[in-house]
Amino acid sequence: MKYDVIIIGAGGAGLVCAINAKEKGANVLVLTKEYPTRSQTSMAQGGINAALGNADEDSVESHIQNTLKSAHGIADEKAVRFLCENAPDAVHWLDNIGVPFSRTKESKIAQRKLGGASASRACYAQDYTGLKILHTLYDKCISLDIDIKNEKYLLELLTNHDEENKAFVCGVSVLNKRNSEIETYESKSVILATGGYSRIYHTHSTNSVSTTGDGIAVAHRAGARVSDMEFIQFHPTALKNSAILISESARGAGGHLLNSKGLRFTNELAPRDEVARAIDDEIQKGEDVFLDIRHLGEHFINEELPQERKLARLYENVDPVFDLLPIKPVAHYTMGGIEVDSNSMTNIDGLFAVGECANHKVHGANRLGGNSLLELVVFGRQAGENAYYYSKEFNKSTTLSHNTDSSSLFKSSSDKINFYDKQKLIGEIFYKNVSIKREKEKLLQSLEEILKIKEQLPSMGIKDKSKIYNTNLIEFLEFKNILEICELVIHSAIKRQESRGAHYRTDEPREKDEYKKHSVIPKDCEINYED
Amino acid sequence: MKIKIQRDNIKEYETDLHDSTLLEFLQNIKTTVDSTLTYSSGCRSGVCGSCAVRVNSKEVLACSHKVKDGDLVEPLRNCDIIRDLVVDMDKAYSFNNKAKAWQSKDSQNILLSPENEKINEIQTDCIMCSSCYSACPVYAVNDDFLGPFSLTRIWRYVSDKRETSPEEKINTIQTNGVWDCTLCNECTIVCPQDISSKADIEKLRARSAMHGFIDPNVSNFDSGFGFDGSPSF
Repeated sequence: MKYDVIIIGAGGAGLVCAINAKEKGANVLVLTKEYPTRSQTSMAQGGINAALGNADEDSVESHIQNTLKSAHGIADEKAVRFLCENAPDAVHWLDNIGVPFSRTKESKIAQRKLGGASASRACYAQDYTGLKILHTLYDKCISLDIDIKNEKYLLELLTNHDEENKAFVCGVSVLNKRNSEIETYESKSVILATGGYSRIYHTHSTNSVSTTGDGIAVAHRAGARVSDMEFIQFHPTALKNSAILISESARGAGGHLLNSKGLRFTNELAPRDEVARAIDDEIQKGEDVFLDIRHLGEHFINEELPQERKLARLYENVDPVFDLLPIKPVAHYTMGGIEVDSNSMTNIDGLFAVGECANHKVHGANRLGGNSLLELVVFGRQAGENAYYYSKEFNKSTTLSHNTDSSSLFKSSSDKINFYDKQKLIGEIFYKNVSIKREKEKLLQSLEEILKIKEQLPSMGIKDKSKIYNTNLIEFLEFKNILEICELVIHSAIKRQESRGAHYRTDEPREKDEYKKHSVIPKDCEINYED
Repeated sequence: MKIKIQRDNIKEYETDLHDSTLLEFLQNIKTTVDSTLTYSSGCRSGVCGSCAVRVNSKEVLACSHKVKDGDLVEPLRNCDIIRDLVVDMDKAYSFNNKAKAWQSKDSQNILLSPENEKINEIQTDCIMCSSCYSACPVYAVNDDFLGPFSLTRIWRYVSDKRETSPEEKINTIQTNGVWDCTLCNECTIVCPQDISSKADIEKLRARSAMHGFIDPNVSNFDSGFGFDGSPSF
């Protein structure tokens, strides 16, 4: 086989995996639907958590306890301990490969406070933390001569079964965006690092237009278990008109949330689920909600939050140095994803998952700010190495039988119904009914609407029949993945008849012990609850 | 609102959007009028570098440009056009490899002061949108020029205390590098992150001189002097 490790996705998670697998000696290939440096990671602003204690007193144990508390009882404590204990080393590794973190007067990595944290724990590079980590990882990848193939869209995972009838991965099929040819790549192991699914909320999300849950949908189709799909984090402060993210670090630095009367109404530094609900309560009362950072002063804003000021001026026509910023909560991060074990491997042998597409069970029902950049480094390092070790032991015989004719992608569909309209409609349904607050009847009604759209799928398709860079086709394939993910999310949200973290049911407003479990969806099966 | 887009031919499109970004305009056309219109986009907030195009002959990010009636939108220059506004970035990106734009080896917990960090803070704001690459006139005469964003990245690493072999980096950029730039400043004008590659190239020239390298253009000029010191044209 040509490759030991194929990585799908060239965001932070994918690149960390690639570096670590390559440094072990693996023959690595990275496939991305865009280019490296264009991923969602570039949009992470606030920071990466590690109990370094550079700004105030902190401990790994506090980091663990804060993470567990925010997770509302359904994080895996062992996984959380692994994450937090490895955090200082992960940040030092980033520092050593050249990430330009902001610094303290004592020449240490600067740290600031984010919501739900008992100390200033988030290491940052102004409010460009994700961008600067991502670009440094990319530079490190090219220094190692890692093979990255751009503009390859993941279609399916290729799997075989061994003598004991256990599924194992043996490659991937992708669509070359530039000529619409299907290409297959054989590999002993595959790591999915394809990001989350917040774009099911369409424009009601802080995320890149590419965050369509492709890897999760593909993995589930191939037989991988997905879990905790109902837990979706709403970020409290997105710009009101454009849903563009304003970092939590603005509140960490002392920013206030105000209603139309100019009154504060919540603890701004509570975990995100609580703050988002408090804002939603105000909006339901007819109030507008604003972020006020004027009192932080122009110098501080320019030094620590330069991107926030730029974004607010450009997309909201408001300068936060002088004016209140109109905000609203929108979908930001998806806790659910492909279930992995303590080695980052899925239930399919040789298939690993890392980053937002994976569920390492460290965020539980609500992720803490600063823990997502952390997870992609800690588990990315682990998965890269483990995929390599797995590939060294790999001695299975494989047969690849896969359709490499892309003409069916162009032929099969009619275009009587515009799928872009339906994609927008799904976003509206979800933002209204599968949102910060949920209720059984509305969830059932939304499920019906989603199933109706699914029934209409044969009447949808592409108008553009060109084989050259057909984004109409790619967006239709993404739409189909979105539709699959939506069904998993709603089913999970209906079944969990309680409130926990980001999943808040107005008809069941309390946490219940019988649901202190993970919702797991095997292929084509009912949702189970497992410890 | 009407704008023109350079596709196989120039095509005119109209929407009833007001105060919209160019990206919103393109999305509106694609999803309601003409699904064959092809462009790239990502974060819609100016940080992923996907959507750079030229509007009225100047490079902008589609997500950050407010559309005006009559705007002419074209793909980036100095890249092969794949389709409509989508260009092949592989060659532009490859100059980072050629310039060796990375830290030579992992450092070992070196302490950096705020001043050490500030020295290349703005250079690390680069989003690799390639606006500078498109605006650079040097490519008209030298296809192998390492180019503005790759050279800015070199400055980013040679000015970093963690870099152990800055002289090697300086060595690498002597050919098709710092001396090929005309210092025209077009890159600075179009950078959405307010980075001046021209200024970075000047700093790299000064650093090159410190390492004993000389401007080949000047030495050519020197050789044009006669033995008696008078210029021989």
